[in-house]
Amino acid sequence: MSSPTSTPGGRKRNRNDIPATRKLRATSSESTISSSLQIDHVLFYNDILQTVSERPSVLTQSCQYPFLIFAVLPSEVDMSSPLMYGTPSSRVEGTPRSGARGTPARQRPDLGSVRKAPQVDLHSEPPSADGAVASEPSVGQKLVIWGTDVNVGTCKEKFQRFLQRFIDPTSNEDENAGLDLNEPLYMQKLEEISVVGEPVLNVNCGHVQSFDADLYRQLICYPQEVIPTFDMAVNELFFERFPDSILEHQIQVRPYNALKTRNMRSLNPEDIDQMITISGMVIRTSQLIPEMQEAFFQCQVCAFSTRVEVDRGRIAEPAVCRHCNTTHSLALIHNRSAFSDKQMIKVQESPDDMPAGQTPHTTVVYAHNDLVDKVQPGDRINITGIYRAVPMRENPRQSNVKSVYKTHIDAIHFRKTDEKRLHGLDEEADQKLFTEERVKTLKELAAKPDVYERLSSALAPSIYEHEDIKKGILLQLFGGTRKDFSQTGRGNFRAEVNILLCGDPGTSKSQLLQYVFNLVPRGQYTSGKGSSAVGLTAYVMKDPETKQLVLQTGALVLSDNGICCIDEFDKMSESTRSVLHEVMEQQTLSIAKAGIICQLNARTSVLAAANPVESQWNPKKTTIENIQLPHTLLSRFDLIFLMLDPQDEAYDRRLAHHLVSLYYQSEEQIEEELLDMAVLKDYIAYARTYINPRLNEEASQALIEAYVDMRKIGSGRGMVSAYPRQLESLIRLAEAHAKVRFSDKVETIDVEEAKRLHREALKQSATDPRTGFVDISILTTGMSATARKRKEEVAQALKKMIQSKGKTPAMKYQQLFDDLRGQSEAAITKDMFEEALRALADEDYLTVTGKTVRLL
Amino acid sequence: MPSSNDWINNPLGVVEEMFVQSNSNPEWEAKVLEYFKGKLKEKQAYSWIPSLNDVPLHYLKPNSLVKFRCLVQDMFDPEFYMGVYETIDPSTKAKVLRFGKYKDVTECGVDLNSRNTVTAERQTFYCVPIPGETLWEAFLNHSHTYARSSQARVVPSTSYIPSRQKRSYEEDDEMDTQPQKQREPHTGGSPQLHANGDSKRQETEAPSGQTTSPSNASSPLDLNFPLPGERGPACLVKVYEDLDSFKLNDMLEVYGILSVNPLLSVLSSLLDPTESMETPEEQRAHDPPASLVPRLHMLHARPLQHNNPLLCMFIYVVSSFMVEMASVRAEFLAYLTHILLGDGLAAEYLLLHLISSVYARRDVLPLGKFTLNLSGCPPNSSFTESLHQVIQELVPCTYRLSMTLHNMNSLRLVPRKDYVANRLVSGALQLARNTSLVLDETRLEQGQLDASGVQNITALGNLISWQKVDYDFNYHQMEFPCNINVFVTSEGRSLLPSDCQVPLQPQVTPPNLEEYLSTVHKAQLTSQINKFRVYLSVAQTLDYSISDEVTKAVEDDFVDMRKDDPQSVSAEDLHRMLVVARLLSLSLGQTSLSREGWMRAKHIDMLRRTRSQPQTTVNGNEP
Repeated sequence: MSSPTSTPGGRKRNRNDIPATRKLRATSSESTISSSLQIDHVLFYNDILQTVSERPSVLTQSCQYPFLIFAVLPSEVDMSSPLMYGTPSSRVEGTPRSGARGTPARQRPDLGSVRKAPQVDLHSEPPSADGAVASEPSVGQKLVIWGTDVNVGTCKEKFQRFLQRFIDPTSNEDENAGLDLNEPLYMQKLEEISVVGEPVLNVNCGHVQSFDADLYRQLICYPQEVIPTFDMAVNELFFERFPDSILEHQIQVRPYNALKTRNMRSLNPEDIDQMITISGMVIRTSQLIPEMQEAFFQCQVCAFSTRVEVDRGRIAEPAVCRHCNTTHSLALIHNRSAFSDKQMIKVQESPDDMPAGQTPHTTVVYAHNDLVDKVQPGDRINITGIYRAVPMRENPRQSNVKSVYKTHIDAIHFRKTDEKRLHGLDEEADQKLFTEERVKTLKELAAKPDVYERLSSALAPSIYEHEDIKKGILLQLFGGTRKDFSQTGRGNFRAEVNILLCGDPGTSKSQLLQYVFNLVPRGQYTSGKGSSAVGLTAYVMKDPETKQLVLQTGALVLSDNGICCIDEFDKMSESTRSVLHEVMEQQTLSIAKAGIICQLNARTSVLAAANPVESQWNPKKTTIENIQLPHTLLSRFDLIFLMLDPQDEAYDRRLAHHLVSLYYQSEEQIEEELLDMAVLKDYIAYARTYINPRLNEEASQALIEAYVDMRKIGSGRGMVSAYPRQLESLIRLAEAHAKVRFSDKVETIDVEEAKRLHREALKQSATDPRTGFVDISILTTGMSATARKRKEEVAQALKKMIQSKGKTPAMKYQQLFDDLRGQSEAAITKDMFEEALRALADEDYLTVTGKTVRLL
Repeated sequence: MPSSNDWINNPLGVVEEMFVQSNSNPEWEAKVLEYFKGKLKEKQAYSWIPSLNDVPLHYLKPNSLVKFRCLVQDMFDPEFYMGVYETIDPSTKAKVLRFGKYKDVTECGVDLNSRNTVTAERQTFYCVPIPGETLWEAFLNHSHTYARSSQARVVPSTSYIPSRQKRSYEEDDEMDTQPQKQREPHTGGSPQLHANGDSKRQETEAPSGQTTSPSNASSPLDLNFPLPGERGPACLVKVYEDLDSFKLNDMLEVYGILSVNPLLSVLSSLLDPTESMETPEEQRAHDPPASLVPRLHMLHARPLQHNNPLLCMFIYVVSSFMVEMASVRAEFLAYLTHILLGDGLAAEYLLLHLISSVYARRDVLPLGKFTLNLSGCPPNSSFTESLHQVIQELVPCTYRLSMTLHNMNSLRLVPRKDYVANRLVSGALQLARNTSLVLDETRLEQGQLDASGVQNITALGNLISWQKVDYDFNYHQMEFPCNINVFVTSEGRSLLPSDCQVPLQPQVTPPNLEEYLSTVHKAQLTSQINKFRVYLSVAQTLDYSISDEVTKAVEDDFVDMRKDDPQSVSAEDLHRMLVVARLLSLSLGQTSLSREGWMRAKHIDMLRRTRSQPQTTVNGNEP
């Protein structure tokens, strides 16, 4: 048994300023108990006694203490008053077991363990409670914290049981990666602490709730009292298990994920002093504020020193030196006072969960000690903390008070919601929460046979027809299944579908893009005209204040896990377009700038719109010729659609009807007919989060067949009509279609639809206008096979012609062109002629200098 | 029960009475609201209440009921306050229960530990007078309310002229060249005016002798008006009920208790700056001196669909006006034709433009907008200004933005969130619904647009095509839908998108353009102008439908047109013609489309096209 004097405690324990008589009394009573009582009780009383002895005035100022503990004392302890005052845990100095020697407790300003006046008094109960407590003096319920129904002993016991027994086999949190899910989760975490030495235990409140609802309720309602109790329990358990481990300070429990993640908007006066979890975005962080916890005073006359704790943010300067009785002789010694770190953080409501037409709310959060500088402006975080409201401070000179409270949150736990992106884990960044009814409606919807058609018609209803394009975009919204082949060296396979829309101006391409941008949570909309490579990717900036280099991310990185809509794709400069190569296939973005070399994830789908070069689509030209985009980029699009004006009567009539009805139908009528945008949003979010379809045997066979078929078409005419990239596209589309059905398996119907859609898109964009056949090489090499063949023929004809002319070392350019035209049956344009010349020059047969052609 | 005028002069007394009667039953709050709502319903009641828009602050009695016609410019965070609290008299130790609702400052001796304290939530809106409100409107409102509101004033004054004066012609010109410089003296001017009045009150009301801290008084406070050169009172409106029903940029008529307690600024200045969670900038933005930005505790608010006082005042009854619609239209058209130098077609289109309004949105597509681009305006003349002056006389809110290079590069059009001061810094595009925005592109010269200039042009483009403004929240953008009538005057085709372009073809060429316009302008009688004003507001708010029969006809027509010439008629053209048809019908007071209406719409669209076609080829090289 350790005697209290030998326990090396915190600062208070070693104080030498306790008046001699009181100290004597304290030690004597301690030693009497220690022989007969359990050790933790001793320490607890020990603490209580000390508090009492240090503050003789305590009994008269009862209201100052939120922690009034009514103790029904065992008969052995002879105390003058049955009322004991003190705070549990954080004031318990030293650790309960001998193994914890030298582990100091650390104050928890986040819990407000600095004594404070009752805050906004929501749980103030009349002191008559002490009668009620005293009437049940059972051994198990020795202590009840004033103003609450928290019984320290039971609470501690329950929590220890929770730590020892809680198992969550279905856990999929990234924090638990690498832990054995069938063993008690938190015991493993304690073991981790003993190895790593970071004395923080994060506890998921959801786990507590499923284990013991009552304990959970207490935790939410009285966090200020319950968390210190948890601390106490954890430390006991920990040092029992790992008596030899050395920690910087005692383990602190940090609960998170309280109740549901609450919206900042829904905070109301009832939440004051309760534990809450809210989500938001950090907009500003302050400098580090050293907050004085304990002031150190020294007498100028006799050098006697004393310490005063901060009380309600104020320090009462001792007027008289207790040692030499000189008045006003004590001076504050700053560098011997104790400070703790504090930081003010402004958090703003995230744009997703606020109603339209209102401005976002902000909340002040205080971070303490090691939570300081954990978050940066721009981070999206979930904060768990205690909601506080403090009245405007009373001013001695002014008797009126502003009737407004200042509110803030004392942070206990931060959790970055976009953290996973940095780690590259394969989970959706924001796990949207769905109510059960919502899931039910979504599943009902998914069970309908025509769900695919329904959803696609719900997409941008104001845009008429273009059913296939809408279907393609719908599949893009769902995306394929993410696969990881990094172990076999191939890295990630792209799961995102890229789509290019090209066509006449005024065919509502921009409107489609706008709609998609509004539909997805992480959408970005840029115009190729106005954006530079920097704006799309990322750039490095020097912070003017800190001289720190900061990486600013552009549209592509910001739309990670979303869709990047790029309008006027063709107007984009060459250098800007080149960054898209990496993004659209590897889904990463490499930065090497100003000493920062990194690779960012940019798993974004690209939805681009391009106008034809000649303002009107020329049906006599191929896609590439029409939009003048490099084929290397084009081949990265899974689907390329043409949006053309069809110019037939039946279409016109339907279009007219559609438009006119758009103008006179009332809102309700429209809503009846179509799915709500919100439902569509949820449907997509749900499918993206929870559905990961895999190919089944039949589907794989069907895909193989489809691919072989595609290649066969071309091979008959000496063309290649499909490349492995097209196979990958097919797989992605099939997976996306399975997701639309909420199916975990990709089946043949999915493959059929993928094939159909792919074929439609190809038919539109990869048809060789000269032959009318689908030729994939238009997209992959920029030139159709027939065109290539023709080019060769012309070159050969030219060569033959030159050879037939005999030995003439130099010829006139124009003369040669005219001769060739006269000789050839087909019309030969100047372009073709030049191409032929170039081809021959490549063969080192001739050179062209100005207007003369020389043979070599 | 309180006497008839008490509820205006001393509303807090009324509330107090109800609070005491209720015996701490929380129902008193609902009772108070009901009482005031009932009182406000009484005939002419609204005209007894003095308006903060017209009467200068120092003429208003503190703690009296006032009204304020305003736009919600910013919404601050909700705050918790002591709804009910207990005070202890230091000498007698007697405890009294008091209410904190509708008040900023508590009584002396609050017992912070009392169990009877009730915490409640309220929100503060930063409200500014409706931007671009025209002079005629302010004047009308003034003449209707001011005469009867003298009883609420502290000092009756007969020589009082409305302090809100519209920018004059000359000032406008100056503004074009130095818009930024012009701003400061304007905003700086009004605080001084109020500060003088306030010091008087402080002498009487705060005998303690504490004056507002000098830092607040010396530097002019930026009242954050959306448009440069605006003046008038800004107000912090404390909202207690239905917080969710209010939206940013809503037009409201707020009835509330005026609070100008000088203690407010004293209290905030006494707070220890290091202890405060707010930066000095934030404090200045959220807690400006009450003498400059009064607090208004809302009792009732009326959302305004339009702010045409002629309609609000029931001077014209809508139903009886409907009969006159066609004849007023003809008069109005004749007037506009004169203004537009005898061009009847352009006048017709201008009329349609003035009554247009976004009436619905289909996903991202706003329906009903009708942006007009009047091309062929004489360059280097004040034609647009004169035109704007005419529009100013007709619509309740309007603003002319001179698109000079300097303006485009230096003006802040899009509102931006300032995180240091934690407020939304306003921009010229934060306008109330149905504000008429006149963009003067004739002023644009050749030169370099910088980054902010490009952003401004993009913002204008977005406004025209989607009727939305993307507010800049630094880390992200937030989209706010709007409903602004944009009218672009330009020499050639405008560089901004537009729904409809009409080249101006003047029939008369007066030697002195300005003189001509001002004579036409002055020739109109006020009664006639008033008729036009009502006409516009009525036409804008009418309902409209298309019958199945006409739908069929329109469809057939479209198919036929496409058959004749598929290149020239596209879906976009149909969109535009449908809007034109709608506006044409409404302009005649017809609430459904008739065959004739459709034919007429087609006809004028045809006229417009034949006119613009040769011109586009001429100007083909220009854009």
